[in-house]
Amino acid sequence: MRFYVLSRLASGAVIVLAILVLNFVIVHIVPGDPLHALLGDFPVPPGYAEQVRAEFGLDKPIVAQLGLYLWNLAHGNLGFSFANRSPVLELIAARLGPTLLLMLPALFFAAVVGVVLGLAAAPRAGSVQDSALTALSLFGYSVPVFWLGQIIVIVFAIRLGWLPAQGMRNMREDFQGWDAVEDILKHLVLPGFSVMIFYVAVVARVARASVGEALHQDYVLTAQAKGLSRRTILWRHVLPNAMIPVVTVIGYNFGQTMTGAILVETVFAWPGIGNLFITSITNRDYPVLQGIFLLVSVSVVLINIVTDLLYSALDPRVRSAHEREGPSRARMAPTGDGGTARSAKVAHHERGL
Amino acid sequence: MNAASDLLRRLRRHPSGVAAGVFIALLVVLALGAGLVPHFDAQAISSESMRPPSFRFPLGTDELGRSVLAGVVSGTRVSLTVGFFAALFATVIGTMLGAAAGFYGGWLDTVVMRISEFFQVIPGFILAAVIVAMTGTGLSQIITVVSLLAWPQVARVMRGEVMRVKRIEFVDAVRCLGLPERQVLLGEVVPNALAPVLAVGTLIVGQAILLEAALSFLGLSSAEQVSWGRMLNSGQRFLFNAWWLSFFPGTAIFVTVLAFNLFGDAVGAVLNPRATR
Repeated sequence: MRFYVLSRLASGAVIVLAILVLNFVIVHIVPGDPLHALLGDFPVPPGYAEQVRAEFGLDKPIVAQLGLYLWNLAHGNLGFSFANRSPVLELIAARLGPTLLLMLPALFFAAVVGVVLGLAAAPRAGSVQDSALTALSLFGYSVPVFWLGQIIVIVFAIRLGWLPAQGMRNMREDFQGWDAVEDILKHLVLPGFSVMIFYVAVVARVARASVGEALHQDYVLTAQAKGLSRRTILWRHVLPNAMIPVVTVIGYNFGQTMTGAILVETVFAWPGIGNLFITSITNRDYPVLQGIFLLVSVSVVLINIVTDLLYSALDPRVRSAHEREGPSRARMAPTGDGGTARSAKVAHHERGL
Repeated sequence: MNAASDLLRRLRRHPSGVAAGVFIALLVVLALGAGLVPHFDAQAISSESMRPPSFRFPLGTDELGRSVLAGVVSGTRVSLTVGFFAALFATVIGTMLGAAAGFYGGWLDTVVMRISEFFQVIPGFILAAVIVAMTGTGLSQIITVVSLLAWPQVARVMRGEVMRVKRIEFVDAVRCLGLPERQVLLGEVVPNALAPVLAVGTLIVGQAILLEAALSFLGLSSAEQVSWGRMLNSGQRFLFNAWWLSFFPGTAIFVTVLAFNLFGDAVGAVLNPRATR
């Protein structure tokens, strides 16, 4: 198990390194002076350009430049945003809270709703519930999340006036204590729902597949032979086993949710990373754009590692496979118990970039 | 003849896929014909701005008095162009790399699979947005970026199929005829492994359209070109007083992507009848 943890961390480190190199490559494929890519279009004070040129060694050979680039990033130097008068790292960190506030409840509710839908549909293939789930997942994969947000605003905020359309807080009143919490929750409902829909589709699909698979296992037959009720079998035997792929699919889709959140934030003027992203596009504030890509991808890699470790902790069969054969065999074995999670990962990646 | 009638019979079992295929064919006609109708100019401004849907302007007009209907029709071009070319390039690249990886195995397989894993882990949309924001918003940039992000899906499927097909006896039979390995791969294995790739390629068209729309929605598209995402971007400013500016272009994206998803699923089911969904 320790070997498995170490090897996952090592491969994660390689991917992070590759992400950094990719960022470096982007700086250099931009037409014109790489300095321009490092500064952006926002006017910078005189002398700053020379400082950046020296810091990143732009007059040195390309390998030395790559070394300096990695060195700077390793020391948290993601550049400075003159449009915001703040170091990029601090700027993004300040926006992380609202984005997580938008994402995490959406993730949680999507998991619950998705599992409930999967449980309802799986035992009755071809039923109304089953077709409804298929329709819902097609909808979730096909609908542009930002448009869904716009429609929800038009219907529920503008026409019906039930909930606020923009922002995270009511700007006209200064709420304190519980009133402030209630105010934020009210603002959270519509954007949270928009983020949630794609996720519900993904989770429900996987939950249906894995519940369906678990229903045909021998232990279910044994439980039936013991005379247990349908409900007990479903809740005590099927659900715990079927939840394992669901947990992994939630983890593997973290990046996709973050993307969804970024797009939804622009519709709802939610003051998180997505809003920073769109203003930085408008300002051509390249260091911020690259910084957001960097931090989001690194956090996706981390969540993926945590998911993999959680998966092997939850499933004793995978754990013992790692202990017996080492990680590569357990991960690659086509009929191994890693199969469901891998197929869950791939199933997601069949749809959506 | 027999194979064709068999294909038709299997197609009939997927009515939604057939309907989606017909819809896509209509879209293609619309995209090709959009420039031919003179009074259907999406850029033509008029004094009748911000009109709700009416007989004269069936989908309403925007802040410059441009017809939303003409915009939606002409946006078909951008979406289909990006969708088809991105899917084509992704499929060609993915097929070649996946076939080579699955057939030769060894270090080549490891390298290709690690790279494809990398592209599947990183958040593709954010990367696409950063690259397009920094290198320019032309259609060719968007097509390049989307195919760069999408080929791993094809490569994975192709690799799996090639690994399956190369173990079938007829491949050994061909080898006994003395064909060189390259020819065995290109002439015998690849044609027999292509079917599932076509389904994935069709699904990528839908994803590419969705991605292009999201980029344009963030303002990452050429201002001279009318596209559905760009219309939603300007519609965002008028959510409070002109619902039609958002509703119709978004519906166009949704229905088109849905059609490619349904069609892709049907293609997959028809070409590979053994696979259960």
